[in-house]
Amino acid sequence: MNWVGLAGFGLVILSAILMAGLAFLRRNSTPVFREITAFARLRKAIGLSVEEGSRLHISLGRGGLTTPQSAAELAGVEVLRRIAELTSASDRPPVATSGDGAVTILSQDALLASEQAAFSTGYDPAAARLTGLTPFSYAAGALPVIQDENVSANVLIGSFGVEVALLTDTAERGNTSTMAGSDNLSAQAILYASAQDPLIGEELYAAGAYLKARPFHTASLVVQDILRWLIVIVILVSAILKLAGVL
Amino acid sequence: MKLKGLFSTAIAITTGLIVLVGYFVILPPLLDLRIAILNWFIILAAVALFVGLFNLLSVHANKLRNKEKGGIYSLILILSLLVTLILGLWLGPDQPVMASIFNAVQLPAEASLMALLAVTLTYACIRLLRPAQYAGLRSRTNLISAIFLVTALLILLGTAPLPFVGYVPILSDLIRPFIAQVLAAAGARGILIGVALGSLTTGLRILFGADRPYGSDPSRGGK
Repeated sequence: MNWVGLAGFGLVILSAILMAGLAFLRRNSTPVFREITAFARLRKAIGLSVEEGSRLHISLGRGGLTTPQSAAELAGVEVLRRIAELTSASDRPPVATSGDGAVTILSQDALLASEQAAFSTGYDPAAARLTGLTPFSYAAGALPVIQDENVSANVLIGSFGVEVALLTDTAERGNTSTMAGSDNLSAQAILYASAQDPLIGEELYAAGAYLKARPFHTASLVVQDILRWLIVIVILVSAILKLAGVL
Repeated sequence: MKLKGLFSTAIAITTGLIVLVGYFVILPPLLDLRIAILNWFIILAAVALFVGLFNLLSVHANKLRNKEKGGIYSLILILSLLVTLILGLWLGPDQPVMASIFNAVQLPAEASLMALLAVTLTYACIRLLRPAQYAGLRSRTNLISAIFLVTALLILLGTAPLPFVGYVPILSDLIRPFIAQVLAAAGARGILIGVALGSLTTGLRILFGADRPYGSDPSRGGK
């Protein structure tokens, strides 16, 4: 193993130990998060959709589980699962769209699991759909869902590219609110201009913690903060050493 | 169901750990096992693609059956999908007929949607200029929106040559490179570091079994 691999492995082990330790230490404490407007509005949108009998549309993007974008997709599936649990009292379950076969199966599984947890028998396999396999065909297939299925709010969370602008534009025209986050830089810039509540950077991965807040979710956010500070220190020290001619 | 959930979690955690450790630690038996697991996963993902296609077909068939709005598009989609699938299976993906279907239908349709994006993004930028009370739920301050728009304009003016003027001297030589290569690059790296850390902790949560994107969660009850 070269030193880069060793450093990477060390970082993973350190993160795992920190996360397990912090989750154990904070298992009884009440989590405190900084306010992210998007999540506060999402909670309101969930409540409103149950009251109005409208649907929430959760778009998981077009990333696959065999690609580096899998973490964003899995974070999206976790959000879908949580939203499905919170809206299980509603007549209209949320509708999920994705651009990958495996993600579609996971989203169907998430909807089924939440129905089972609520002892409901209203599971509809068509509530989780594959809308297209290429970026634009995925977006084109998701547009009718936003327009025609009595959707009151859209949660776009996963891996999107520039095609996400078509989804946010359609949502805006239909007067539905949009919370959106992507792991792609171009999509984040577009979402900043076009979505009502954009999630920037790692906020996408914090969605699970904001909607659920179990000890491991809280611990994972603290670990992210610790690692971020470590990286900041390493960058600053490296810059100083480079200026001093040591490196 | 509870035992089934625990069993699937145990399998997921074990395979996840083998693949993760096999990525860093180069041991022949571990490496072979990791490659075997990844190959199984690729085969399963290909099967999942077919399951996804059946899902797509059933959703649109239901639309047709229930005479929902836009049923004609569902009919076109089903016919196109079946024709392409049969031709692809019969002729193979490298045949000129298959290439021409892609070049004459898929490519122009996607290029048109890409072109549509230019209009959509211009419209989104104009919306940023609207006062907060007309911008629905938009919460960002006008100062940040103004900075966003001014930066976009500076980059556009500095990148594209203007008629009769050509490249604008200071803007093209100094300001645009500074924004693109220093400010934007620094911001992008910061965001990418955040995304990488988020991916790492998401993966670890799944390895610890705190997030279970598969099956029912035993801690949440249910059947």
